[in-house]
Amino acid sequence: MKRLLIWLPLAIFLGFFALFASGLLKPDDRVITSKLVGKTLPAFSLPAAASDRPGLASTELATGKPRLLNIFASWCLPCAAEAPQLMALAQQGVNIDAIAIRDARADVDRFLARYGNPYARIGLDARSNVQIALGSSGVPESFVIDGKGRIVYQHVGDIRADDVPMILQRLKDAQ
Amino acid sequence: MIAEAGLIALWLAFALALLQLTLAGFGLAGGKPELLGSVRPVAVAQGVLVGIAFALLITLFLRSDMSVALVVTNSHSMKPWLYKFAGTWGNHEGSMLLWVTVMGVAGAAVALFERALRRDTHMATLGGQAAISLGFYAFLLFSSNPFARVDPPAPDGQGLNPLLQDPGLAFHPPTLYLGYVGLSVAFSFAIGALLTRRVDAAFARAMRPWVLAAWVLLTLGITAGSYWAYYELGWGGWWFWDPVENASLMPWLAATALLHSVTVLATRDALRAWTVMLAVIAFSMSMVGTFLVRSGILTSVHAFAVDPERGTFILVLLGFYIGGALALFGWRVGAVREGAPFELVSRETMLVVNNLLLSVILGLVLIGTLYPLMTEAFGHKVSVGAPYFDRIAGPVALILMLVMAAGPLTRWRRDKLGLVARRLLVPGAIALLVAVVLATVAWGRIGVLPLLGLTVALSVGAASVAPLWKRNLRRTPLFTWGMVIAHLGCAVSLAGMACDSAFTVEKLAAVRVGDTVQAGDWKLRLLQISPIAGDNWTALQADMEAVRGGGRAVTLHPQSRFFASPATATTEAALLTRWNGQLYVVLGQEAEDGRWQLRIWWKPFVTLIWLGGVMIALGGALALVGRERRGWLLKWRGRALA
Repeated sequence: MKRLLIWLPLAIFLGFFALFASGLLKPDDRVITSKLVGKTLPAFSLPAAASDRPGLASTELATGKPRLLNIFASWCLPCAAEAPQLMALAQQGVNIDAIAIRDARADVDRFLARYGNPYARIGLDARSNVQIALGSSGVPESFVIDGKGRIVYQHVGDIRADDVPMILQRLKDAQ
Repeated sequence: MIAEAGLIALWLAFALALLQLTLAGFGLAGGKPELLGSVRPVAVAQGVLVGIAFALLITLFLRSDMSVALVVTNSHSMKPWLYKFAGTWGNHEGSMLLWVTVMGVAGAAVALFERALRRDTHMATLGGQAAISLGFYAFLLFSSNPFARVDPPAPDGQGLNPLLQDPGLAFHPPTLYLGYVGLSVAFSFAIGALLTRRVDAAFARAMRPWVLAAWVLLTLGITAGSYWAYYELGWGGWWFWDPVENASLMPWLAATALLHSVTVLATRDALRAWTVMLAVIAFSMSMVGTFLVRSGILTSVHAFAVDPERGTFILVLLGFYIGGALALFGWRVGAVREGAPFELVSRETMLVVNNLLLSVILGLVLIGTLYPLMTEAFGHKVSVGAPYFDRIAGPVALILMLVMAAGPLTRWRRDKLGLVARRLLVPGAIALLVAVVLATVAWGRIGVLPLLGLTVALSVGAASVAPLWKRNLRRTPLFTWGMVIAHLGCAVSLAGMACDSAFTVEKLAAVRVGDTVQAGDWKLRLLQISPIAGDNWTALQADMEAVRGGGRAVTLHPQSRFFASPATATTEAALLTRWNGQLYVVLGQEAEDGRWQLRIWWKPFVTLIWLGGVMIALGGALALVGRERRGWLLKWRGRALA
């Protein structure tokens, strides 16, 4: 009994060692899978955020064709960095709508004048209520919505140039 | 040239550590005892060289040498000099260099100052210390070279995490590291004693001062770190059960247990195998903590150097040293005869219970910290938060405190339960009184755990000074004072924790300039918000006026700061310390309608938490000085007689 007890610490340590090794060798899994994928969009209706685009309601996103819903803000730097990719997507015929978070109309107008306007409709979410309902924690984020108004994919962070083909593929798959 | 000189010094230190291990090995086991004479000088030289390497890295940081990669990524020429200095260890490579420096210098100190240990165990200990150092030297030289150059030199650095630009950072990590890594000496002592099979009272007496010194520094480091997190992170909390905090707490728990078991071994020659085990575990916990933090397998706010390749390297070191030490333990400890037996009611038993409870807490913290990793191995993702630790470790810690009250009032060898109970009469009466008063005044308003905490704190406070009762205070030995002050410090700290969780008033408000907010007894008025600029930051600063009762108004200046390089914002809380608590004010964002968010806490007696920590460390320091001075006095008398 005592002889066994003496080796117990080593046995416990080897267990921990195996645990650490498995934790290290396991491929990193940092991709966050959204809980909202596959669910219908929450119902909302937002006033216009820009002077030359209408506001946005959830019903307008279920049009039978897949759309991209972009969450942005004029005060957000990565959103400005993302703008060229959104313009490129719009030029390839993607329908993009947006929700501006905690923003003011004059600021959104300035932002769009400066970085371009790829959006069909822009809703103003002054208190982040819709953003929270969408399970979005920051700006920018983008959602691929299928024709029935269901969320197919959530992209956290800005869309980089090398993300564009993937986004296009997701939109195509959503048809 | 400085960087190259530093790298050369590091390589030389590595070579000397190899030499130190070889000399000790052949001297002890290879039949060449004449080699042992060189072990101590080599150990000292190794300590000096690694010290030089570290001093050179500090120089590079102070001179903002932008041809060195580490300086480029972690410093900036505009930074105040104190933060350039602190930037030396505010990164992975620098902190690992600090790690080996502490090991090398501690080894040199053992070579120079250790006189009580048997010669063969002493040499084996130095060999062990060199063996552990070797792995970490290799880690630095092959995987994390702090002196690497960049070509061409960068125009300027990339700054330092603004959270780390705080005077606290200049002192808390080095202190913590001194303690954390200082425990390597206890580890090496254990290895040495296992190799020479000499685990006895004399060994314990030799090891005790080293354990005490490391433990004192570790205690100070944890206390300072907790205060730093409290005022810098702006959450009003003082302990977050973050993996990195746990990584410093676990060695502390093991070292605290070791400190008590080594006393049993030194005084009564009992608990031999257990003490050796704890000495191995204490530093093992330091290494496991470093691995958890650096490998990135647990996410933590402190993780500044997440790199799986480095993680693999540390894991190999971990397996080699801890696995090796535990195997040696299994192989050799059978040859260590058990020491003197003792009665059930005795100081020894109390200390055994103390050890068991500390080990239980250590186990609970370890499991809580690693639980996310364990479940992930089976495909689930969970995170373990403060509620687990509070609810699970809290009650065990309270029981531990009770044992701490009774332990010093129990005699060595044999005592009577009735006598111990009689000595505990006064603290017990206080506990009862406090519990009754608190229960009638605040039942339902404060939680059960804080209520128990306050009760235990006050009774343990009374019990911990009881050993001085009816003693001639001037003739009481310094180490008894040390124990009393350290135990009292635990009670003081616990009282602070309980008061903080029971009576803290929190207020969230949105106010316009000119408005007044009430938080507890305090009335705060927002006078104005103005921009100000510092060395490498700009800030919005609120001028506020705080009044309590009819007292004089005091001004407070909470800020939200913006750093240019790298672009980050931090909150600088304004703290107002009074004898009975702290007012803690954080300035938040401006809302659209011109109102400012303010978070205000009134935290009664929260400062006791850190005061207690300092008292615990002071107690340890007094015990250390007391024991050492007694040794010097005895030696001096012996010489005078001869």
